[in-house]
Amino acid sequence: MAKITLSKLRHSYYPNPKTLDDYALKEIDLDWTDGGAYALLGPSGCGKSTLLNIISGLLVPSEGRILFDGQDVTELPPDKRNIAQVFQFPVIYDTMTVYDNLAFPLRNRGRDEATVRERVTAIAEMLELSDLLDRKAAHLSPDNKQKISMGRGLVRQDVNVVMFDEPLTVIDPHLKWKLRSKLKELHQRVRATMIYVTHDQTEALTFADQVVVMQEGEVVQIGTPVELFDRPAHTFVGHFIGSPGMNILPAEVSDGVARFAGQAIPLEGPITAAPGARTEIGIRPEFVSLGQFGLPATVTKVSDVGRHTVVECEVAGSRVNAIVSGPGPKKGAIVQLEFRRDQTRLYADGWLASEAAEGAA
Amino acid sequence: MKTENQKAWFFVLPVLLLVAFNALIPMMTVVNYSVQETFGDNVFFWQGLDWFEQILRSDRFHAALGRQFLFTFLILIIEVPLGIAIALSMPRKGIWVPVCLVLMALPMLIPWNVVGAMWNIFTLPDIGLLGYFLNHVMGIDYDMTQDPLAAWITIVTMDVWHWTSLVVLLSYAGLVSIPDAYYQAAKIDGASNWAVFRFIQLPKMKTVLTIAILLRFMDSFNIYTEPFVMTGGGPGNSTTLLSIDLVKIALGQFDLGPAAAMSLIYFAITLLVSWLFYTLMTKDDLN
Ligand SMILES: Nc1ncnc2c1ncn2[C@@H]1O[C@H](COP(=O)(O)OP(=O)(O)OP(=O)(O)O)[C@@H](O)[C@H]1O
Ligand SMILES: [Mg+2]
Repeated sequence: MAKITLSKLRHSYYPNPKTLDDYALKEIDLDWTDGGAYALLGPSGCGKSTLLNIISGLLVPSEGRILFDGQDVTELPPDKRNIAQVFQFPVIYDTMTVYDNLAFPLRNRGRDEATVRERVTAIAEMLELSDLLDRKAAHLSPDNKQKISMGRGLVRQDVNVVMFDEPLTVIDPHLKWKLRSKLKELHQRVRATMIYVTHDQTEALTFADQVVVMQEGEVVQIGTPVELFDRPAHTFVGHFIGSPGMNILPAEVSDGVARFAGQAIPLEGPITAAPGARTEIGIRPEFVSLGQFGLPATVTKVSDVGRHTVVECEVAGSRVNAIVSGPGPKKGAIVQLEFRRDQTRLYADGWLASEAAEGAA
Repeated sequence: MKTENQKAWFFVLPVLLLVAFNALIPMMTVVNYSVQETFGDNVFFWQGLDWFEQILRSDRFHAALGRQFLFTFLILIIEVPLGIAIALSMPRKGIWVPVCLVLMALPMLIPWNVVGAMWNIFTLPDIGLLGYFLNHVMGIDYDMTQDPLAAWITIVTMDVWHWTSLVVLLSYAGLVSIPDAYYQAAKIDGASNWAVFRFIQLPKMKTVLTIAILLRFMDSFNIYTEPFVMTGGGPGNSTTLLSIDLVKIALGQFDLGPAAAMSLIYFAITLLVSWLFYTLMTKDDLN
């Protein structure tokens, strides 16, 4: 168990990176508290796996350091770091039984057979693999194979961190849900730090206490699921989290007032944007309602998604989504959009640039 | 419900015809010879299984069969581990991959009789590069036309040179099909290099290795051209392998009956060993 610190971490897969674009990771400073359940969320190619492989020691970063409880482990190989990692596609040792597969990481570290038996039995129990222990692993279904991979990650008791790199990709949807709750439960039981990589927001939000959102090799925001939803620090987070994501509307700012489509839009609080920045208004569809006053808009699409209706409108060439309960208006109808003031934020060059008003929240 | 359709047979027919004309019918003529005796003029006498009995009891056949098994055993025990070792040390990515592959494939592209002739010249004691070097630089008495041991070392070395590449290429194909995640997981699990080989690489190479060994077994068990060109079965009978002996009986002595019986026995042994080996290697995969 340890606190993991990433300090000024950069990584490029090229031997001589020149521009910033050559870096798969661009300067990351991050602390992972001991015992936390983290999700690492971001679109494909943003560097999630790269970051995990650096923490586990499969990759040595081009620049920067990794500290476990303040101790520099940057150059240490994986087996010296006391970490566990589970990969996207199941890795099993075909010729071994399920039992031997689970015992493998322990035996390689010279644990005695009594300990091995105890740990393997316990893990098999948790993952519902007990009945399969004597079977050859080669002929099992993909989800059982992935359970074995996860089991090998969880079987060692003293690890600093267990990392999962999109472990549920190959699993059937209903089992996915089950395994995810299982992992959450396991985390509460073993209390090891867990980092769970995914590009699926539901997965991230249900598993984690803290979500780390990445984009193009950078960490854009760290926070609880609620924080990410309420106050996205970057338009990317607003857009990426939520379904549909946050509405991002081009805005002009003058004299402390933000205007969109020629109308002044009241914001949550004072603007902190530097002059000259590209400014946008951000508001989640959940806080856009159809009323009598407000922005005139044309309805372009109405989708009933069960619990509520998503109304897609067009205002001055921009698309604005609103979530309403009950049946929505007809397509082509003219409606008035009202933005809930305390949820209307300003972004400058992508980053949050308005403050919550005093006494609000 | 499956609907049965007899039309399928029609599509198999061309292949059946091909196999019939290039394998079954020639083989039947051999069967025909093996149970008859002839003194020429196309006059045949019924002989029953006498030839088979005679061959199976003959010391000459036992000796040739023994030499044949020894030869096949030696080349397998050298080529398979060596081939795996070379495949393991070849680069998996980068510009050297095609270079290595071409270098490896080269020996296999050379025709059998040319290989024989090359090695024959290569090992000539006074003018061959290797022969001269061994005799006149190293001072080792080496002449494969005189010394049975030298002859054996030469044909085994030649076969290793000619065919190890096959094992290399097949093993390599097995190796490159292993996803990186396996190696990464093994590192995380703290596996030693030996464990990586034993539990990841070897199992993934098993299928291709089975095929490689099978091919090398059949091919070396039936080897004819190279030893014929190089040693002609000598010195004495020391390198007279089964096929060389067979040709001596059939074409040298023109004993068609015994030769036919011998070739059927020869065929049966090849088939039996291949079948046994394949069944043993694949029995795990079936359940
Ligand atoms: N071995 C490699 N060599 C060169 N470039 C690589 C290598 N692995 C990854 N990259 C590049 O680094 C960037 C980050 O890749 P990474 O695999 O970390 O993304 P990811 O967030 O895990 O994506 P995904 O969700 O698809 O798994 C990508 O642009 C990718 O093309
Ligand atoms: Mg990845």
